[in-house]
Amino acid sequence: MTEQRPLLEVTDLVKHYAVRGGVLRRQVGTVHAVDGVSFALGAGETLGLVGESGCGKSTVARTVLRLVEPTSGAIKLDGEDIAPLSKSALRPYRRSMQIVFQDPFASLNPRMTAGDIVGEPLTVHGLASGAKKQERVAELFQQVGLRPDQMKNFPHQFSGGQRQRICIARALSLGPRLIVCDEPVSALDVSIQAQVINLLIDLQRKQNFSYLFIAHDLAVVAHISHRVAVMYLGRIVEIADKHELFANPRHPYTQALLASVPIADPKARRLAPMIDGDVPSPINPPSGCAFHTRCRYAIDRCKLERPALQAAGTAHQVACWLNDGTGRDE
Amino acid sequence: MSEAAPPETVLDVKNLQTVFFTNSGLFRAVDDVSFSVRRGETLAIVGESGCGKSVSALSIMRLVPDPPGRIVGGSVTLEGTDLLKLDDAAMRAIRGNRISMIFQEPMTSLNPVMRIGDQITEAVRLHRKMSSKEAWAQAVNMLRLVRIPEPERRAQEYPHQLSGGMRQRAMIAMALACRPALLIADEPTTALDVTIQAQILALIVDLQQRLGTGLILITHDLGVVAQTAQRVIVMYAGKKVEEATVESLFETPLHPYTRGLMASMPAVIALGAKTDARLTEIPGMVPSLTNLPPGCAFAPRCKFAIDRCLKEYPPLDEVKSNHWAACWRAGEMLEAS
Repeated sequence: MTEQRPLLEVTDLVKHYAVRGGVLRRQVGTVHAVDGVSFALGAGETLGLVGESGCGKSTVARTVLRLVEPTSGAIKLDGEDIAPLSKSALRPYRRSMQIVFQDPFASLNPRMTAGDIVGEPLTVHGLASGAKKQERVAELFQQVGLRPDQMKNFPHQFSGGQRQRICIARALSLGPRLIVCDEPVSALDVSIQAQVINLLIDLQRKQNFSYLFIAHDLAVVAHISHRVAVMYLGRIVEIADKHELFANPRHPYTQALLASVPIADPKARRLAPMIDGDVPSPINPPSGCAFHTRCRYAIDRCKLERPALQAAGTAHQVACWLNDGTGRDE
Repeated sequence: MSEAAPPETVLDVKNLQTVFFTNSGLFRAVDDVSFSVRRGETLAIVGESGCGKSVSALSIMRLVPDPPGRIVGGSVTLEGTDLLKLDDAAMRAIRGNRISMIFQEPMTSLNPVMRIGDQITEAVRLHRKMSSKEAWAQAVNMLRLVRIPEPERRAQEYPHQLSGGMRQRAMIAMALACRPALLIADEPTTALDVTIQAQILALIVDLQQRLGTGLILITHDLGVVAQTAQRVIVMYAGKKVEEATVESLFETPLHPYTRGLMASMPAVIALGAKTDARLTEIPGMVPSLTNLPPGCAFAPRCKFAIDRCLKEYPPLDEVKSNHWAACWRAGEMLEAS
């Protein structure tokens, strides 16, 4: 799917936040939210980004959209690096990149009608007004499975699933090429989740845009993605085609994550946690491989040197010293 | 944990009815629900938001806010005592002592300005005659039991100094400090990351079996149910629609809603299941409880619905041994599966 130039190419993305303390508000530390992340995303492709809270997956998403300013690194959209662009120079690119947030209650203005919410991007970018805008909004409503007569309703008159549909319609309004979905279904009930996931897949098949899909639910990510990147403490530790990743996880953290998902089959009980302890603080991340403090296979080298992402089979990269061909046998 | 004698029933809920009076009318949050929990047993209550699973738990604890809510019928018998007949003082002596509850968000259930050790000590001394020194030792013991490293030091700390998983461990320590007969866990791992969830579930199940506590686990996650429960209740729109052993439920789900829930979950990745198939949706949404249809509440979303479903509510029948479902077509479902 990614033959030619990728739609989005992120290289060595870094986002550090200063921690200030004391009366003079001097910088006393640095949160390494995103610490050298690189990946590419092809047109019509979905890249899933998984990891636990605080691993930096949402920061990656927001930095890609320049909703958060990167500390360093390149973000190439269609070959053009948008990281150094000024706000006004960035504006034309904003049309191509949209986002759907987790909480459909907080991300809709309660005092605007659903129709106005979906039509606002068209006004902002001066693309349509009056009857033409209404027509386009009605069309968007139908695309996401809402009735055009619901355009005059306010957000509180919709259920959670319907609100997420409004958010999706708003993201679609400018005909984007990249949609970032930041936990778009985790606030929804299971039966509604399936509706929204199916809608997202159908829309992509029809319109061929790309998703950067962030979720903590591995089953959801596995379902919707073509490729999956696993993040731990601000770094990608493994990235692969989804079938390859789930069938043959190479990084010990990915293995632990997969083994922690409760399987909906009482015959497959496995109540022995794979890893103990909590994720370390990103303020002082462990040296070397950040996962070595919880890794059952860690060797001395893991504590000292940080492993880079290296090829491990086709369309599969992993950042682990035991996977460079010298280490583990299993 | 001997296998000989049948385990005794700890909690018996019969025909529980809890209603809420709101501006848009009366709604039956829990409508004629019965279930029981035995010593050392895990009963899972599954359903989506608004199905009444949390209100059932709050009704057992007698913590339903009144107004607007009220328990209007049924009985809740804990170790032979009907809790609904107790006065407030007697109920206070039971809460945190014979029944404990842990909630989804441990940060909001812990007092942010009290040390962890003091909070557990408080719970212990409320129900047991103990010096503060003995109670503190008991608190540290409980923290050790839930496998918090360095319990002596952690007992001195405040909730904000603990991670989310650690806080939930502290909640469990507090809940089990008086060795309750029944523990109610309302979505105990929903706010936690998946690796921490696995740790906490393993801990709860291990402690519950060692201490012989009855456990009610409320969750929306069928994966969690399959991994932990012995018996399961599925609730929809305030009613119990299915009850079965966990094996029977996952093998032959008999209510179309249960089937819908199972089908709408994304495939189980680790078992190498096919992940490209389209998810099966349950069309529509959960009906408003103030405006329920006359027949089966699930009928408008059910692809198996017949005329009768729209008119009459189906009884909860034992369709196969130890497996009950409230569906007019459950018998056909069983034959077809």
